Parts: sequence; C-alpha cells; structure tokens
Amino acid sequence: MIVFENVDKWYGTYHALNNVNETIGKGEVVVICGPSGSGKSTLIRTVNRLEPIQKGRITIDGRDVNGADVNVNALRSGIGFVFQQFNLFPHLSVVRNVMLAPMRVHKVPEKTARETAMDLLDKVGLAHKADEFPPRLSGGQQQRVAIARALAMKPPVMLFDEPTSALDPELVGEVLNVMKQLASEGMTMLCVTHEMGFAREVADRVIFMDGGAVLERAAPEDFFQRPQHPRARKFVADIRH
Amino acid sequence: MTLDFAAILTPQYTQWMLSGAMTSLALFASAWVLAFLTASLLVAIGSAPFRPAQFTVATFVEYHRNIPMLVQIFVWYFAMPQLLPDAWTTWINAHNSEFIFALIALFLNSAAYMSEDMRSGLRSLPREQMEAGRALGLSYLQTMRDVLLPQAIRAALPPLINQSLALFKATSLAMAIGVAEMTYASRQVENETYRTFETFAIASAFYVTLSFAIMALGAWVDRRNQKAAGH
Repeated sequence: MIVFENVDKWYGTYHALNNVNETIGKGEVVVICGPSGSGKSTLIRTVNRLEPIQKGRITIDGRDVNGADVNVNALRSGIGFVFQQFNLFPHLSVVRNVMLAPMRVHKVPEKTARETAMDLLDKVGLAHKADEFPPRLSGGQQQRVAIARALAMKPPVMLFDEPTSALDPELVGEVLNVMKQLASEGMTMLCVTHEMGFAREVADRVIFMDGGAVLERAAPEDFFQRPQHPRARKFVADIRH
Repeated sequence: MTLDFAAILTPQYTQWMLSGAMTSLALFASAWVLAFLTASLLVAIGSAPFRPAQFTVATFVEYHRNIPMLVQIFVWYFAMPQLLPDAWTTWINAHNSEFIFALIALFLNSAAYMSEDMRSGLRSLPREQMEAGRALGLSYLQTMRDVLLPQAIRAALPPLINQSLALFKATSLAMAIGVAEMTYASRQVENETYRTFETFAIASAFYVTLSFAIMALGAWVDRRNQKAAGH
C-alpha cells in the first residue's frame, strides 16, 4: 500500500533520510522506533508531504505522492495524521474540531458531519465532551479527540507521530487502547512510538532507524528480545530502563 | 457665560445633529466591516510563503500608515476620479460621492492597521496549527479562515478594539470633503447659533458615548472568548 523506494532527504547538508526502502501492506501495523533525531518522524511526515524528499519515490496504492498530478489537499485528506502535541484547534469545541475537515474538504452537510463526529467521539469514549473546548481536556483526552478528528476523513491509512510521548504516564493507556482498537479493525497504521507493549501486542513489524537509515526490521517479539544491529541492541537496552 | 442648550435643541438643529450622528454611525459601521474583511484577506495573502504577495501587502500597509488620513481622503475624493473610468465617476457622483470616497479612504486605511494587528496575533500562534489544518486536507486559505484567523483575531482583540476606536473618531475627517456627519453638522449648527460650547459639548457627548459602547462591546466579545476557551 505504502512503498518507499530509495528515499533520501537532506536538510541543507544534513542527511535526514538515507536510502529508505520499505513496503507497508494494506492492514499492516508497523511501528517505527529509534533514538531521537534518527529520522523516524521525518519519514512518516514525507508520506503526506509535510516534508518534501529530494530523491526516490513514495507511492500509495501505486500513486506517487509527489507526482505533479497529485493535489496535495486531496492526498492529505486520505491520510490520517496524529501529532505528538495533538494540535487540536483550541477555539473550536471538540465536536467542531472533528466536523471541520469533512465539512470543508468533502463538503459534507453539517448534520451528517455532526452525526459522524459524534459516532467517532463515542468510539474514542469522549461523546460526553463534545461541546467542551480542547484546553479543558486532559492530554490523553485531547489525543483521543485528535484521533477522532483524523478518522473523520475516513482515511485508509493512519500515521502516528509519537502519539503518547507528550502524555503523563497514566494517560498513555487510554490513547493506546484506541489505537489497538483501530488496529484490530484492520486499519493500515504507521506509528512512530517507543511503546513496547503496544508494539508487541498489535504491530506486525518493527522498523528500527538511526541516522536517517533503516537499520533493522523484525517481528516485534524478535526485535525487543533479540535485536541484531549493535545500535538496535543499545536502543532496546536503553528503553528498558 | 451661561449655557443655553435650548437654543440649539430646536427641531431644525436637532434634526441636523441626529442626521449627522446617523451618518457618522453608517460611515463607521460600513468602514469597519469592509476594513475587517480586507484586513483578514491582507493577512492571508501577506502570510503566504510567496515573496511578491508579501511585498504587495507590505507596500499597501506602509502607504496607509505613513500618509496622513486627511491626505488619503483628499486623494480619493479629488485625485482618484481623474483616474477612474468615466462611467464609474458618473455613477459615484450620482450616489453621494463624498460618502463613498470617504468610506473607501477610511476602510482602506483601517484595514492596513487591522491587518498589522491580526498579523501580530497570527505570529503568537503555534506554527503547528497551520500544519494540523493542512494535514487534514484543508487548503491554505481554508486553514487561514477556519483555524488561524479566528485565533489570531482573538489574540489581537485589544489592539483591534483600539483600531476600531481610531476609525470611529477618524470618521470626523470626512467633513473635510463635505460628508454631513456629526462634526460637519455641529459646525453647521454652531455657525447658525454661535452656541459653540453647547454644540461641541453635544458632539463630544456623542463621540464619548459611542466610543465607550465600542469598548464595552469589545470587552464583552473578549470575555465570551475567554469563557469559550476555558480560561
């Protein structure tokens, strides 16, 4: 479904992505981990063109995302993206956050958009907060709203950029539960996260990156029990502490 | 000196003053709405990552900030008709040209200031708000309109209220080209009655009352926003 072919990216002279080749199949849940600055966030941000690439090709269902014929807004509306810092719209109520993109991009009538939004909020357990404003919610609640907001566009793919890294430890579980549910429903997911439990339970594959390159790919159990690459070994040992 | 308000509160003069007050209000309200919309557009254009757009907006803003308001009104009233197509000039002259040119000069000037206020409000927002909007598939302009500008305007509310007051008071300059607004009407009544103090006392009361009303309205909007934002 998502294919990276010889992808390279530079920030000036800094080599942020180094010849990445990966294939993510439909319905697959892939966890990307690695030390900070390893290029994992950059990698998922290239999928919906939040970051341009300088070499190589990224295709979704065979279509080059950087192709000249691709409308960037149409492309992005089909890819759910969840940020580390949630980035909800603080001036809009929770339900309005979820309704906005379907109404503006897909021209969904307000009533339909509201019904869909309420269903999604119910799914993430926050229907009772529909009329609340984001700054009044906890981090975990905000992130669940952000997931509902991304799902409102009915994307076939969801990208998660460290979705639990900004959360207090006791709030991580509620966000992971929503993500697990999505995975069990067959969503194609590409998640940058260090949550070993999540990776073990739902990921089909773990990709380990460092220095902009993919150094290891393995089944979650193998990766966390028997990492092969020396830097992967060090990384796994570090996050266990 | 004895004050004699009765001398100027005859039906005739009251009618002049009331009509002046209505004209001031109409000028202010229409200029404010147009200025607000234009300022929003200027911010959206000027914030785009496109040099010529930024330059154009910056030029517009600098012209309006660095030339006296009165000169801008004269430029529109005396100079512009020579540049506009004849058909336009004829139409405008048939439709209260003084009011229309004063309105144009006032709203363009105010739009320049308001756009600067909104731009500083925009800069106070986290960069990720634009990214969050774009990642959902909203276009640049949709993200500006639905996500960034509403927040920028809230953040810039105090300077925007100040600018609204400045615009309201600047409507008095329209008398220079013969718009029969409050200041013009006061001059007229004063000329007829020689009750200078009384006449301008009434005009002052009018301006003060409306200025306070604008401030109160601004404070109310601010309070409502704060409440909505959960602060």
